[in-house]
Order: sequence, then C-alpha cells, then structure tokens
Amino acid sequence: MDMNTKINPRKQPILDVRHLVKKYGQFKAVNDINFSLEEGTCFGLLGPNGAGKTTSMEVMEGIINPTSGEIYYKGKQRDASFKEEIGIQFQQTALLAFLSVIETLKTFRSFYRNSQDLDMLIRKCHLEELLNQPNDKLSGGQRQRLLLAIALINNPQLVFLDEPSTGLDPQARRNLWDLVEDIKEEGITIILTTHYMEEAQALCDEIAIMDQGMIIAAGSPQELIDQHCEGITVTLPGQNAGFPDKGFPLKFSRMNGGIEIYAKDVKVCLRALMDFGVDIHDMTVREPNLEDVFLKLTGKQLRS
Amino acid sequence: MSLKRLWAIFKARNYEFFRDRSAFGWNFIFPFLLVAGFSLIFGGEGRKEYKVGVFPLSQEEVTLDTEGVPRRFLETRYIEFIAFNDLETASGKLMHHKIDFLLQAGSKPYKYWVSTTSPRGYFVERLFKASLVPESGNRQLDRREVQGREIRYIDWFFPGILAMNMMFSALWGVGYIVVRYRKNGVLKRLKATPLTAFEYLAAQTLSRIFLLMFTLVVVWLGCDLVFSFQVEGSYINLFFVFFMGGLSLTSLGLLIASRGTSEEFTSGILNFITWPMMFLSEVWFSLEGSPQWIKMVARIFPLTHMLSAARKVMNDGSGLVEIAPELLVLAGMIIAFLTLGAALFSWRK
Repeated sequence: MDMNTKINPRKQPILDVRHLVKKYGQFKAVNDINFSLEEGTCFGLLGPNGAGKTTSMEVMEGIINPTSGEIYYKGKQRDASFKEEIGIQFQQTALLAFLSVIETLKTFRSFYRNSQDLDMLIRKCHLEELLNQPNDKLSGGQRQRLLLAIALINNPQLVFLDEPSTGLDPQARRNLWDLVEDIKEEGITIILTTHYMEEAQALCDEIAIMDQGMIIAAGSPQELIDQHCEGITVTLPGQNAGFPDKGFPLKFSRMNGGIEIYAKDVKVCLRALMDFGVDIHDMTVREPNLEDVFLKLTGKQLRS
Repeated sequence: MSLKRLWAIFKARNYEFFRDRSAFGWNFIFPFLLVAGFSLIFGGEGRKEYKVGVFPLSQEEVTLDTEGVPRRFLETRYIEFIAFNDLETASGKLMHHKIDFLLQAGSKPYKYWVSTTSPRGYFVERLFKASLVPESGNRQLDRREVQGREIRYIDWFFPGILAMNMMFSALWGVGYIVVRYRKNGVLKRLKATPLTAFEYLAAQTLSRIFLLMFTLVVVWLGCDLVFSFQVEGSYINLFFVFFMGGLSLTSLGLLIASRGTSEEFTSGILNFITWPMMFLSEVWFSLEGSPQWIKMVARIFPLTHMLSAARKVMNDGSGLVEIAPELLVLAGMIIAFLTLGAALFSWRK
C-alpha cells in the first residue's frame, strides 16, 4: 500500500503536498512525500530525530524552497497571501531583544493585514500577568504560550507547530494541549510535529510517521494501531516461580520487572495461564499504543 | 511596501538601542572621554614633545635658574627637563628611551649622552647645539607668522572622533546585530511573516541613521559645552555631511551582514575593515607626505570622504559646492553598498 496517499480528504484540501523532495547535496532530507489535509484537521508528523519532519514543515511554510514537488494551498500555488493566512511556531526561536511581551505581540501584529483582537488572544494564551515582562525573562511554558500567541496573532487558517511542548514540564505541557484543543475547536487546521506519543494520540486526528525522509505509515492513531499492532501485552510482575519456561503456548519474554506475554486477545492469554496454574495476581493488561506502532515501524525509540 | 511593517521594525530596533543601557551609555561616553583625554594630552600649552635628563642635581625639578645648563636651552619650548641624582640612573632611562637626551650640568665643555638609534634624541641634540649659537648668528633668517585664525587642535580632532564613533556604531550596530539575529533565528521568524527583506533592511537603515544622528547631536552638544568648538561653515552642511557619511557606513554594515551566521567571522571582518579605515582616514593623524598608494587606499573608505568634507566645513568654512566631490562619492557608495547588500541578503543560515 502506498502510505503516502493514505490521507485523502473528501472535500477541497486546505493543503495538498505532492511528491515533495528536498535535497542537500546528494542527501535527501525529504524524499517524495505526499498528503492532503482537510480543513480543521490536526495532523501530526512523527519520526525519530533526523527523519525530515522539520525540513518538511519548513518547506511547507515557505521558509525553504523544495528541490522538487508541489504544494497547493486551497487548491492554488502559494502566493504572497499565504503568509497572511498561516501561523508558525518554530522549534527554536529567539525574539527581538529588549521588548516586553505586549510590545512583542504588537510588533508582530503590525506585520499582518488582519489580526486577532489582542485582549482576546492574551486571555486565550494566559498572558495577562506577563504583559510587561521582557520576552527573554520568561519560563519555558510562558515562552511557549507567547510563541503560540504570535503564531495565532493574524487569525490564521493553518497553523504549523514544530515540537511545541519539547522541554516543558508535564503541567505546562497539559496547559499547552488545552490551548491546542481550543485552536482545534475554532476549526483551524494544525500541522504539528512532536516527540511525545501521548501528545500525538491526544491531539491529532491524522498522523504520518516519517523515517529517512519518507512517510512510512499514515492514518488516524487508532487505524495505525489496529493496522500495525495487533493483540495485547500481559505483564506478570516479579520472577513468578510458577511460570513455565518450556511448553507455554504464547510468545513471551522475561524482563527486569517481570514477564511480558504477547497475545491476540486477553481470553487466549488467560486460558493459557490458568491451564499452567500461573499466579495471575497483580497481572496487568496493556493495549498497544502509538509508541508500539512507532517502534515496530522505525525500530527506534521516538525520544532517542 | 508596507509603512506599518517598516515602522514596527524601526521602533523595535530603537527600543533595543535605548534599552541596552551599557551599550547606550558607551555610545555617548566613549567619544566624550576620547575628546577630553586627547585634548588634555595634545591640546594644552603644557604639552612637552621631548624629555631631557639633567644630572647630577640634588633638587627634584629643573628650573630656568638651574645652574650649569645653558639658559637658552632651558627656555626652549616643548622640552621637559627632568632632574637625576647620578649618571647611572639617568643613562638607564636614556637606554630605555624614557628620556631623549642626557646632559651633565656644569660640565665644561658640556658633556651629553644621546642614543644613536633615537630620532628624538637626534632632534634634541640639534636643539641643544642651536641653543649654544649666539642669536646674532641668525642674520640669514627672516621670521614671519601665519596670519588669520588658528585652527585649534581640538577643532581638527573632534570631527575625527565623531566620525570614528559613527563608524563603529554603524558597522557593529548593523553588521553584528543582523548576523546575530540570523544565527539565533530571529530573522527566520521574521521571514515567516509578510515582512519583506526590503522593509526589514530599510527599517534597519533608518533606525541606525536616526540613532547615529541622535548620538551625534547629543555628543556634540555635550562636548561643545566643555570645549566650545569653532565651526567656520554652516551647521546644516556639517549635519548633512555626517548624515551622508553615517548612511554610507550603515549601508556598508548591511553589506557585511547580508550573509553568514558566525559572529566570530563577522567580528573578524569588521575589525579587518574598521582598523585600516580608522588609521587611513586621518582620524588620528594626517596622511600628508605618505606614499601615494596609501592615499589611494584611503579613498576606498567612506570615512575618508566624510571626514575630509566635515573638516572642510568645520575648519575652512567650505560650502556645498566645495564638498560636492566628497558627497558624490559618499552617495555612490551608499547606492552600491545598499544594492549589493539587498541582493545578497539572506534571512536564513
């Protein structure tokens, strides 16, 4: 199956990427990727470091030029108005020095023909208490909220978020997710890259997994799990002296924390355990998640 | 082009300049300190060019009444006489060029020591010998004095300091900052907005020229309170000369900053340009009598033309017609630097 063509909208796509290639010398950072996005979708690009996610994002944003391929925004080639209608949060951004939060917002607002009501944006991104703070004196979470506010300042129809929660503590990350959920509810299309599986699973309607510049799998989180990771994982804590090393009918492995058994469903596993009289107290059952899909497809830990 | 966007960057850059307290203060204090320091060292009547040691003397100072030293030699202006107790100490100073000439007071004939490798020693020796020749022996000489108003050293020197300050502020304030912004991703963030390269560069140029002229006026007024400068020509013409000079230097800064992300490399390039420019543009000393090729090299620098025009206006009272050649060269440089800088400009690393 051609994974690159899996994400196909039924309506006119807001963004249509066709055979996108970006080469640096002989190295292909992005190798023939294709996808189309329906308006209002939250689309996640996942992949290990160096997979080509950020390069793909920057080509789509118009920051760098593609080597070949086409990108259509609302069915047309991107023109000067494209920048007026998109919002971008880069992975790493410094801001103009010696400006306060409110001055930074006002400066960026001046760049656009249309802009959001500043008071509403400030409330939405919880920046009320920080307005007079210098923009280089913000904590990680505060800074990400400011960067998100800048990305939204022109009332964009398409927002690019490149690893928006990297480096944030769990609470700040949850706050950021709430903000992204609010943006989704407004019907804004979002393209985001992330290292966090739970983030992708919580926020994204569609996901594409990239490796070595290519999209190797695409679909909704559940579709990907169903398609690539059948069955469940049962964990028995400790050494479990009663567990038979020979003759057990299911695939298993001994880990430091106990024994992991892989089965098609819980019933099959339970029957086998009871047949061998294994103590199933403290047994845990885990459904496969995106992390499993990712590991299976790329053979790499996402956060490596 | 959107004036709203241009104005936003212009304002943001000005905020940065005025809020960076350390750099802001330095922009004003540095030229003032230079002018004050150099006028004290070079400008006063008490400035002594040569140092003569006299021994053996028990007193600490050599005065006109000191015995054993020709009075006419003691009366020579621009010579500082220093007393020593013994030959050993004094000759050590001579050997290390701390003094230029050493005389034994009261010796007949006069015994003196001089370093054969010291040009200054050679001159003092000639002065010493001349002081022993009777005045009546100078019948072949006919002294005349320069007529008209004297140009004080400080009035010659001050435009140089202003121009030099402008050069550093323009080249570092634009060149270094833009490269830093490219390196840390600010330019990339701006590229993601509808702001165009032309708007960004125009705002940078306008902001810097505004700050240069503002600094110029403040430093001028501050120094004028202390030194009371004499300006022979029109203040408006002088302002215009500095404006054109500042604009040409800012444009050169933009050209240097058009590419690259290495602050170290940019720093090297800036030093490579600023140091020869400072020494060959007659900020500190005149190139009169220098080889022709050095004078030719000096002409490639905008500072040379700005300073030449500024001194013509300030010291000689020249009008726009007399300084037109310098202004035309500066205008040509502005167009060339801006065009090249804009063509080469890159937002990204």
